[in-house]
Amino acid sequence: MNVRRQDKIATVVLYLISGTIILILAALLLYILAAGLPHVSWHFLTSPARAFEAGGGIGIQLFNSLYLLVLAMLISMPVSLGAGIYLSEYAKKNWRTTFVQTAIEILSSLPSVVVGLFGFLIFVVQFKFGFSILSGALALTFFNLPLLTRNVEESLASVQGSQREAGLALGLSRFETVTRVIVPEALPGITTGMILGAGRVFGEAAALIYTAGQSAPALDFSNWNPFYIASPLNPLRPAETLAVHIWKINSEGIMPDVAAVSAGASAVLVIVVLLFNLSARWFGKWLFKKMTGGD
Amino acid sequence: MDPIRESLLKKSRQSKVERLGKLVSFCCITLIVLIVLAIFYFVASRGLATFFHDKVNLIDFLTKDVWNPSVKDARGLPEVGALPMIVGSFLVTILSALVATPFAVGGAIFMTEISPRRGMQILKPVTELLVGIPSVVYGFIGLSVVVPFVRGIFGGTGFGILAGTFVLFVMILPTVTSMSVDALQAVPRYYREASLALGATRWQTIYKVVLRSATPGILTAIVFGMARAFGEALAVQMVIGNAALMPHNLVSPASTLTSVLTMGIGNTIMGSLQNNVLWSLALLLLLMSLVFNLLIRFIGRKGALKK
Repeated sequence: MNVRRQDKIATVVLYLISGTIILILAALLLYILAAGLPHVSWHFLTSPARAFEAGGGIGIQLFNSLYLLVLAMLISMPVSLGAGIYLSEYAKKNWRTTFVQTAIEILSSLPSVVVGLFGFLIFVVQFKFGFSILSGALALTFFNLPLLTRNVEESLASVQGSQREAGLALGLSRFETVTRVIVPEALPGITTGMILGAGRVFGEAAALIYTAGQSAPALDFSNWNPFYIASPLNPLRPAETLAVHIWKINSEGIMPDVAAVSAGASAVLVIVVLLFNLSARWFGKWLFKKMTGGD
Repeated sequence: MDPIRESLLKKSRQSKVERLGKLVSFCCITLIVLIVLAIFYFVASRGLATFFHDKVNLIDFLTKDVWNPSVKDARGLPEVGALPMIVGSFLVTILSALVATPFAVGGAIFMTEISPRRGMQILKPVTELLVGIPSVVYGFIGLSVVVPFVRGIFGGTGFGILAGTFVLFVMILPTVTSMSVDALQAVPRYYREASLALGATRWQTIYKVVLRSATPGILTAIVFGMARAFGEALAVQMVIGNAALMPHNLVSPASTLTSVLTMGIGNTIMGSLQNNVLWSLALLLLLMSLVFNLLIRFIGRKGALKK
């Protein structure tokens, strides 16, 4: 067999492989949407779940997911920003920095179930927060911190050195240079990373099963006092999220319309995550245009 | 005092801001390092209690294949052989990586070498979108599509290693593909030009030049995918069948470290032997993720040396 024929065969094989990949991935997306979307309605999105009869919704779970997302991002955003600034602007190249970077890398590669178990041990058992939104948000923070930190560090490091010199030459301190010159310049990259992180947090379940809990008590949407037990904002109530809900109803299998509810919930989950991804790209580009003044 | 002298000796506002800012950002980074150390300390202290407090033999734990923590064997020792879970975890990880690698590498070659325009327009956005799909959704699809499919072809319940492999394959495929694309794109253009100028065909160039010099990057991508597969909990737990038995074939119910952890931790009492052995499994998981991490670093260093 000569080399020309080999080349032809290899090309055909590569085309086939790529075709198969596209087929698998497209079938996956289409299946999720086709199986789920018929079950998604306003009623499905707003009514509470029912354990033993058909016709339940995912209202409370959806709200829990969003609330948990907001809390987790509120905690992890400032910390990762600070850590990223330190790594990119202050850290010297020595063994301590290498150690810190290794630690962050290890944290980002830990299985999320281990992070969840650690959160369970610390917050639920030791600090006696119980299965609560607060425990869940803190566990999600651990899960999210390394990736956000690396994103901030990389975005800051991609800003040119001359910008720093310009800031220092104007008599600003190093920290002011960072907050007034470097961070705004790196903002599109940072925002994109944060939105992508939010999408990841929204779909996370393994870290939440033993921290935010697997029950969704009824909420009183007329009382927004955070200290009231049935208030949607109470951070110490157990809160099953959408992703945990899909897992739980499938492993229990007592809900009569479990397939329909999980298909609908999966579709909602995927659509929200896709929205996060698309908006991250779009928003990053828009912000970049806005801040650099034109194309 | 002389106002000039005073202003020279006093700390400027700038330097105070600088101090404060540096301190705050240093605290943030310290917090992250403390979290990592705390995770290791707490999981290790719980996980090692099985061996120091409950006197379980480490070798028995790793090599015995009967998992029944609440029952004691003839010698009065609890039956906590974790081998079925260890084998299950490694089997699904290695099998899914074996299936995913040709697809991922082939797709990546297509995107970078054969048809960059079409590849970048269709394949890349699709794989990037799929990286973000939550693992429970993969689990649910596995439960409603893959398990019935396996049941239809091989009989039995359909739950088992094979179903887990399929689910993990689809799950790690986007990650491995996009990392392989990065590795292939990092190969300098003049390598390809030099090879083509010598009269090599496109496939010869790909096979003998591009793939060879991108090998460390592709290996990193595969190990990364394996680490993800090894640590994945819910998607696997939903399709593997959750029977802590040695897997005799690929379609009988089995279990992995993560699936036993997800099922068990809520049903056992803190500090009891049944609970401690679960923490030992978590410790094992933690150590394996460290091993994967070291492996990635090792590959990276080897690859960097060659250049």
